Amino acid sequence: MSKKKDTFLNMILSLFVITIVAGFSLGLVNDLTVGPKAKAKLERKINALTLVLPPFDNNPVEDIKMIKSEKAKDSIEVYPAYLKNEFIGAAIIGITYKGFSGLIKIMVGFKPDGTIQNIEVLEQKETPGLGTKIKDEKFLNQFRNKNPLSFNLKVTKDGGEVDALTGATITSRAFGEATQMAYDEFIKNNDLFKEPKN
Amino acid sequence: MDYIVILIAAVFVNNIVLSQFLGICPFLGVSNKVSTSVGMSGAVLFVMTIATLVTYLLYQYILVPAGLDYLRTITFILVIAALVQMVEIILKKVSPPLYQALGVFLPLITTNCAVLGVAILALGLEGGGLLKAVFFAVANSIGFALALIVFASIREHLELANIPKGMKGVPINLLVAGLLSLAFLGFTGLV
Amino acid sequence: MAKEVNQTQNFLKGIIKDNPVFVMLLGMCPTLGVTSSAFNGLGMGVATLFVLLLSNIVVSLVKSQIPSKVRIPAFIIIIASFVTIVEMVLEAFIPSLYEQLGIFIPLIVVNCLILGRAEAFASKNNLISSIFDALGMGLGFIIALTVLGATREILGSGSLFEFKFVAEDANTFILFILPPGAFIALAYLAVLFNKISIKIS
Repeated sequence: MSKKKDTFLNMILSLFVITIVAGFSLGLVNDLTVGPKAKAKLERKINALTLVLPPFDNNPVEDIKMIKSEKAKDSIEVYPAYLKNEFIGAAIIGITYKGFSGLIKIMVGFKPDGTIQNIEVLEQKETPGLGTKIKDEKFLNQFRNKNPLSFNLKVTKDGGEVDALTGATITSRAFGEATQMAYDEFIKNNDLFKEPKN
Repeated sequence: MDYIVILIAAVFVNNIVLSQFLGICPFLGVSNKVSTSVGMSGAVLFVMTIATLVTYLLYQYILVPAGLDYLRTITFILVIAALVQMVEIILKKVSPPLYQALGVFLPLITTNCAVLGVAILALGLEGGGLLKAVFFAVANSIGFALALIVFASIREHLELANIPKGMKGVPINLLVAGLLSLAFLGFTGLV
Repeated sequence: MAKEVNQTQNFLKGIIKDNPVFVMLLGMCPTLGVTSSAFNGLGMGVATLFVLLLSNIVVSLVKSQIPSKVRIPAFIIIIASFVTIVEMVLEAFIPSLYEQLGIFIPLIVVNCLILGRAEAFASKNNLISSIFDALGMGLGFIIALTVLGATREILGSGSLFEFKFVAEDANTFILFILPPGAFIALAYLAVLFNKISIKIS
């Protein structure tokens, strides 16, 4: 089979054409997937919110508040929840980079007095079968209905009350830290959601 | 202080080859002699560092502001391929003996998943910043060198050992790599 | 130049004789990196097959238009485009798999298997042969990754495709879902594969 000759013009031309076609196709697929991508993200968020908060009737995503935190690179998302215009809790994102494989992002649902309603793991890259067990009922259950004021979020090895996962102390420790961070932000910004929704 | 953590993590705790599985192809393919491993490591250090520098800037100052971050993969790999070409040309002119020594390893670096992998990982470092990203790249190439050179010295000794027929070649190499990886697992919790 | 190529042979070679993982040692990074579970291995295998197939098709179609000196950059652009498409589609429609496979999705672009087939086969053969080559190699890759993933998952988590068959608290060979386990499991699978392929031929 004949190949195009190796002239300078041919080389530039063929690469140029390929790049244009590639760029165009990628732009097209991007346009097609941007919508579903955003939708999937939103669905996950709403699922998480429903899981971590007491029953609510507002749209926490709409009522989202962003707060600046020194602990995280960007602002933290706070989702206040109301039932019949009364403030019944807020979900806050907790972030730590101290996981075994880096970033762990969790959503902690707090009752107005700071008691943990539930926690949902949003992002993590921990070791499958070990660190990933922070998503398991068995691990998460120990945090429910605990108030960080009295429940020490450090692992027992560090003098706290968190029962670390076997073989995943680092992950468990990081998880506790992320939860503590969410709690600290909740307390610090409590006045943001005290007023009932108008 | 941060930087010490990055260094120790990259070289020991999250070794790019033995924990993250990047750069396995050259790791298995080039490590039959210590001398070639040293050469490959040097080439990787060079390319990985410059590649991370360029791709980081490209991503933060061109792709992201233009909303084109989905072009990350394709632009990164093209940058790496171009860099490798450039390095080859420059090295040929500037230091022919070094070029000869590195020989066929240079073009192979383009498909070294460690280079592309580190360039992408460098984007997600805590706190961000160009200096951190570049340091991360240097640290990881040191980790790569360590794994490669240690593995190569073991392989050189292995040549003289009595290995069962079914395990010769690929299986025994993988097994040794596994034991090495197990050893490095012991560094967990260091930082 | 049109030889009667035995397409069945062409297809089958990728599964045993020239198996990309066990024989040709291509695509090692994802093979070791994402096989901590059978599902991940399968998912990665399928994603790779997708890119391999499309890349082989396109390369085979445009091979006469690409000057030899720029063929590698040209292949890279083609392969990288398909990888990016897979990235975007996975993130939009199967986010759980996207999260599991993580950094290994963009790394499909440097999977020596795909560039290797483009260079060694698709750029020198017609469309039909290239399709069968991709299908065979891709299937061989899927089988290798899924078997390795299943082995590691069964030994390391006591489950298969997320279906747990041991008690919740049972002690499993956790080693196998950790990095060393990947190397070790693959080592023994390689021995097994060699024995089987000798028996077959």
